[in-house]
Amino acid sequence: MANLKELNKRKEVLCGGHRMCAGCGAPIIVRQMGLSQEIPLVVGSATGCLEVSTTPNPFTAWNCSFVHCAFENSAATVSGAEAAYRSLRHRGKVKEEMRFVALGGDGGTYDIGLQSLSGMLERGQRILYLCYNNEAYMNTGVQRSSATPRGTQTTTAPVGLKSIGKKQYPKDLTGIAVAHRIPFVATASPSHWNDLITKSQKALSVDGPAFMNVISPCPLGWAYPSEKTIEIAKLAVDTCFWPLYEVENGNSWKLSYKPAAKKPITDYLKAQGRFRHLLRPENASVVEEIQKRVDDDWAALLKRCGVEA
Amino acid sequence: MSKKLLALTGNDAAAYAMKQINPDVVAAYPITPQTSLMEKFAQFVADGELDTEIVLVESEHSAMSACVGASSAGARVMTATSSQGLALMWEIVYIASSYRLPIVMPLVNRALSGPINIHCDHSDAMGIRDSGWIQLWAENAQEVYDNLLQAIRIAENSDILLPVVVNYDGFIISHAIENMYLYDDAEVKKFVGEYKPKYTLLDPKKPTTFGGFDLPDYYFEHRRQMADAMTKSAKVIADVAKEFSKICGREYKSIEGYKLEDAEVAIVALGSTVGTARAVVDDLREKGIKAGLLKIRMFRPFPENEIADALKHLKAIAVLDRADALNAVGGPLFDEIRAALYKKSTIPVVNYVYGLGGRDMGLLEINKVYSDLAEIAKTGRAKDLVTYLGVRD
Repeated sequence: MANLKELNKRKEVLCGGHRMCAGCGAPIIVRQMGLSQEIPLVVGSATGCLEVSTTPNPFTAWNCSFVHCAFENSAATVSGAEAAYRSLRHRGKVKEEMRFVALGGDGGTYDIGLQSLSGMLERGQRILYLCYNNEAYMNTGVQRSSATPRGTQTTTAPVGLKSIGKKQYPKDLTGIAVAHRIPFVATASPSHWNDLITKSQKALSVDGPAFMNVISPCPLGWAYPSEKTIEIAKLAVDTCFWPLYEVENGNSWKLSYKPAAKKPITDYLKAQGRFRHLLRPENASVVEEIQKRVDDDWAALLKRCGVEA
Repeated sequence: MSKKLLALTGNDAAAYAMKQINPDVVAAYPITPQTSLMEKFAQFVADGELDTEIVLVESEHSAMSACVGASSAGARVMTATSSQGLALMWEIVYIASSYRLPIVMPLVNRALSGPINIHCDHSDAMGIRDSGWIQLWAENAQEVYDNLLQAIRIAENSDILLPVVVNYDGFIISHAIENMYLYDDAEVKKFVGEYKPKYTLLDPKKPTTFGGFDLPDYYFEHRRQMADAMTKSAKVIADVAKEFSKICGREYKSIEGYKLEDAEVAIVALGSTVGTARAVVDDLREKGIKAGLLKIRMFRPFPENEIADALKHLKAIAVLDRADALNAVGGPLFDEIRAALYKKSTIPVVNYVYGLGGRDMGLLEINKVYSDLAEIAKTGRAKDLVTYLGVRD
């Protein structure tokens, strides 16, 4: 468990002055993750909002070592850095202990970087891969990704006379990570900062790969006022749209949080412009279907975690 | 100087070079005809003959990405590939050089798909000619070994810091067994020395950002700096060759002529074909024909003035390209040699595109080139600027 008083004394990985949008979930998530550690970090990031906005030459917002290479290879790039660390430690050329984190948005993780991520998880390298999941390609202007929820308005799967926005449900990337039977997999939300920090701590203390899928509200792409980020992240958790759980070694499932009263999905949908069209009467069946999917997934998760409904 | 004679394939020679270099990290993915190199190297590691950290990635794209990560972390890093593997890593090949990472990569030259083909040509290497990698070319297994050892010193020179690719012909060099010399481990170790990076990811006291975002106010200068480093590298390559001559017994040059000084006609080529052409030159010389040969060992940086100087006395020149530009004016080597000679000479220069996808380039084909050259030298006119050699019409 993280202690606010203690955390307050720690050095942040990201300093102020970066160019992320006001209210963006990503830097909040990265700072929370960074607070989990006193051991210095090497952070790598895929191309995306976070990378372009934190490293405009000749400036950098990173207080720790940072590397960006390209879009689809955050996991492979950090794999190289981690291999170098092991080699140079073994050869006595690096003395200090360090920890390794690869970051990517959902585009860089669910889609174009999936192969690189899978390779990293399979090789068993001691790296935390953290996906800040804002559920679309935000850096290029809100195009759909395989993490985008069904019924979302995006610029490449737009709402139209004959379209409800994105047709498909997102893939279960967390499940894919679990299937690699790595030491630690978890979902998290910046609204539950203590949970996120504790999970990051755990992820960076296991001797092998860890994967965290963190929901990252985006005021621009999700169309809500920028001060509502944490509120919306909390709604995602309280509607069980984004349940919080962790899985050790591919088989030990643990629920991190059970809402006292599970809220209806409409509470989540109506708070965001990207779902506005779903609230029209003609789309009632879509909302119903989404609610059923959330309920089924939640029931299955509770069962896996051995928690009574 | 102590060396021992062994019969090795080009890939074995590269694996021995890598063993003696003992890189901190090697990241690689299998592809024909590179595979036997990485298998041999992996066996050295498995037998505890060296302690390189090998990262066996799931693609060449990740191989080069891991090299970028490892090299940014201050490690001495190598990989190796061929053809499609290089095509897949192409995006990151450019990034590696722009981050000024001294990665060294044997490239076992193979035709690019399609149609799919596993045999030798130079289309893979030509695809990265403008990527900011220094390119050395080997004629045989000995040169594979020698070029790789020198490549480490060139890449890591603090004035240069550019990656180096060492090219050698797939199968023709990579899989053929030749007699060659290996040098003493201690001598090689001393020669390659230690890599001391200025900036690394692994210094928490000096956190460094690699791969920042360049807007129009920085990108151009960074690219220009790369071009300057490339230009400067020619002298470093020569200096390293001079130092290396104490180990190998000969001083490698950026270009090397064979019976060229008094020649009237000459061929310019890369790779193993140079070896075949030597035999033809010897034969023609016996017949009293003044044939010569110019080998390009250093293709990047491109030694424009040296080439123009070496060819200036000839009556006719043929440039051999084992890669085609498909209806540009000839192959890539031809383009550049012609540009090097522009306004410096009026010698007729012709191009032969040959050996694509592993088509044999034998004595017969090279003899035809020299006989065409004799005709051109006599008349001062070439019938065809570009000829496809050894292809069915």
